[in-house]
Amino acid sequence: MTPDEPLIDFDWVARNLDEIARRLGEHLVMTGIAVVVGFLISFALALAIRRSRRLYGPILAVSGVLYTIPSLALFALLIPITGLSLLSAEIALVSYTVLILVRNIVAGLESVPADVTEAAIGMGFTPLERLRRIELPLAVPVIVAGLRIATVTTVGLVTVTSLIGQGGLGYFIVVVGIRDFFPTPIYIGAGLSIVLALAADVALLGIQRALTPWARASGAA
Amino acid sequence: MGAGKRRRLMDLLSSFLAWLTDASHWTGDTGIPVRVGEHLLISGIPLLVAIVVALPVGLFIGHTGKGALLAVSLGNIGRALPSLGILGIILPLTLPLTAGTDIPLGLPPSLIALFALALPPIITNCHVGIREVDRDLIEAARGMGMRETQVLTRVELPLATPVILAGIRTSAVQVVATATLGAVLGIGGLGRYILDGISQHDDGQLITGAVLVALLAILTELGFAALQRASVSPGLRSTGDRAYEVAGQAPRPPA
Amino acid sequence: MTAEPALSSSPDDDPGTRSGAVVELEHLTKRYGPSSTPPAVNNLSLTIPAGEICVLVGPSGCGKTTTMKMINRLVEPTGGRVLIDGEDVAGLPAVELRRRIGYVIQQVGLFPHLTVADNTAVVPTLLRWPAPRIRARVDELLDLVGLEPAAYRDRYPAELSGGERQRIGVARALAADPPVMLMDEPFGAVDPIRRDRLQNEFLRLQARVRKTIVFVTHDVDEAIKMADQIAILQVGGVLAQYDTPEAILAQPASEFVEHFVGADRGLKRLSLGRVRDLPLLEPVLARSGETAAEVQRRLDAAEVDYALLVDARNRPVGWIEAGQLGDGEVRDGRLPEDLAMPGAPLLMPESTLRDALSAMLGSSVQLGAVVDEHDQVIGLISVDQIAQLMRRAPDDA
Repeated sequence: MTPDEPLIDFDWVARNLDEIARRLGEHLVMTGIAVVVGFLISFALALAIRRSRRLYGPILAVSGVLYTIPSLALFALLIPITGLSLLSAEIALVSYTVLILVRNIVAGLESVPADVTEAAIGMGFTPLERLRRIELPLAVPVIVAGLRIATVTTVGLVTVTSLIGQGGLGYFIVVVGIRDFFPTPIYIGAGLSIVLALAADVALLGIQRALTPWARASGAA
Repeated sequence: MGAGKRRRLMDLLSSFLAWLTDASHWTGDTGIPVRVGEHLLISGIPLLVAIVVALPVGLFIGHTGKGALLAVSLGNIGRALPSLGILGIILPLTLPLTAGTDIPLGLPPSLIALFALALPPIITNCHVGIREVDRDLIEAARGMGMRETQVLTRVELPLATPVILAGIRTSAVQVVATATLGAVLGIGGLGRYILDGISQHDDGQLITGAVLVALLAILTELGFAALQRASVSPGLRSTGDRAYEVAGQAPRPPA
Repeated sequence: MTAEPALSSSPDDDPGTRSGAVVELEHLTKRYGPSSTPPAVNNLSLTIPAGEICVLVGPSGCGKTTTMKMINRLVEPTGGRVLIDGEDVAGLPAVELRRRIGYVIQQVGLFPHLTVADNTAVVPTLLRWPAPRIRARVDELLDLVGLEPAAYRDRYPAELSGGERQRIGVARALAADPPVMLMDEPFGAVDPIRRDRLQNEFLRLQARVRKTIVFVTHDVDEAIKMADQIAILQVGGVLAQYDTPEAILAQPASEFVEHFVGADRGLKRLSLGRVRDLPLLEPVLARSGETAAEVQRRLDAAEVDYALLVDARNRPVGWIEAGQLGDGEVRDGRLPEDLAMPGAPLLMPESTLRDALSAMLGSSVQLGAVVDEHDQVIGLISVDQIAQLMRRAPDDA
């Protein structure tokens, strides 16, 4: 690497378009798996908390500790057990989403105003109908807010999994870029990772808007 | 859990304990005390510099309301930046600095990246913490004839301290965690044990590194949490300091 | 359940709703705790005739809301039972029971994520009515509570005023045509002027649907205005008196009741009378654009001092005093609209004489304009008329 080298070597980009597309797809899939599995687990935990409030403290404490463990350390702890594998990567990625998602799902379900709940019970909603028709729809903005944070965070963390042989776009940063002191793949990997995070964020925001036409109404009133 | 799996876990535990208790791993340039010390230095220096830079900026934004958009978007952008990506992006820029010197080529990018990562939570929380102070109190303070600096130091700052400390706590934990990744650029700290453990297929070293990093991050979190609780004015404590712990901050991203 | 007949346009026609059922409370008791704790509701027995409004009223802690909630089993009684048309409510699953009883609460509790139409359709949807029937019913209900279906159907609660939300709350409670409605301080969160109007509209509505209504309030005046029967409860859930408003005002059963209804019972009895009971006076109407001289001529002919300025659709704008018309520049000119003193109190035939009196005493002119449901003037009443009525029927307590 010399100072008069161009910032981005477009020849390299042109030669590696297929590889870039493949890694981008891999990055997207790894993020998707982590967020979807994390959401399912968190949703189940939130329903359990809704039934028994006492579970909230312990669940938050455990997911909080997991959240605090640096990603490389968590990957490392999994390597001797599940190997340098996609499974190791996903276990760690999923566990990072749980804290944010559980907190937001519970907060969302609990955000239903007391008078709305009273009216619903008084009109003869069963608990399940209340969850499905009232609590869930009203929780959508808070739940999607959690999904957005979890998704953006996961996109960034996927790059770290390149250190355990996975990694999507992180491959360009670590394996091609840093090891060979070659900046172009670093810029491509980091740049596309940021673009992916922002695109996912905007897409989720769009989904939320589509799901909650009523939330816009308050501004118009 | 099958008997085989249990065996495997027992093996891992014993190789971990064996590595950890091996006296030779506690001395010399690659010994545990040196690595922990390196890790603390690599995290502590950028964190301190970030606090010195971010506090005045954040307090200015919080007090005047100027640049509030910057404070808010900094927090959001900070989240989308992959920490490994920042390290990688800075590396080519600092290479000319280290060329031909004794400075490890990974050190400047690590310090700069950690400094940059530590800024947004502190600035954002300064802004949020001050903005959340009851406007009536500030009106009253002005009404009693306080100068703007007095309003800031006597009313806004004491009330916003827990939120500001929460921001520093977020930065600290993130910096300690991200410092692990410096090992990718060949510098010291506890991340070395993890990467060396992976490349040498040495489970004992790998687990020791992971456990020590995790412990360091958790201790940092708990230490700052205690500091934050202690900083809540006694007059507010009865109203529940929980409000101050969660006030206005999205959880920091894991690193 | 019978099918809903088509919506009728004339307010005199019964819109074809199922009318009320008899509600009986038998030795109803509620304790929150072991049998040693004092009861919240104590051995309460009363029968509410079908199609009448029974108001539960009393100081806080008298168990009125608890009593009401035992009817739809939001609170399960410790002892005694509730019968609707002779059927014990404990014999039905609570959820099913609640779908057959309308429920209106003070904060309304509209679902913010549903449109007005979907909010109104909640119980029919739970009951799995076919979609066309639900759609027809929603329009019928919106009409019934005085909201134009086409304009309101697709709005969200956040886009409604407090009074509109309350109307939707009532429509929602009526949706599945329940024989019984429970109303917990339904107008408590609305400001006094709108409250009077909502009360009047509700009474007009009730005259058509004839539901059996259990209505909780802490406001004696509201109780007197709304009730066919009043149950006054005292702390500990003991029934102090259960009778018509007239009987309670004339013969309070105890010192507690006498205290509770207040020292001004003579004035309170005015709440029994309605504006429609008085002979309406013929107003002198003026329209902007008329000349002052014409209006003056009419005022002289009628021998009154005030003319009521109305707009093109006969809705009151304000009062014009005879003296103002004599001023130089006005005399020969056309009436400017801003000449009128604003604030003619608007009264409805259903307004109580008490509300009418305080509205008139609060305005500069001691007359009240009586309007119909389209806000068009149908006549006037005066403070004097009410004063005469009070002199004729002195307080006999």
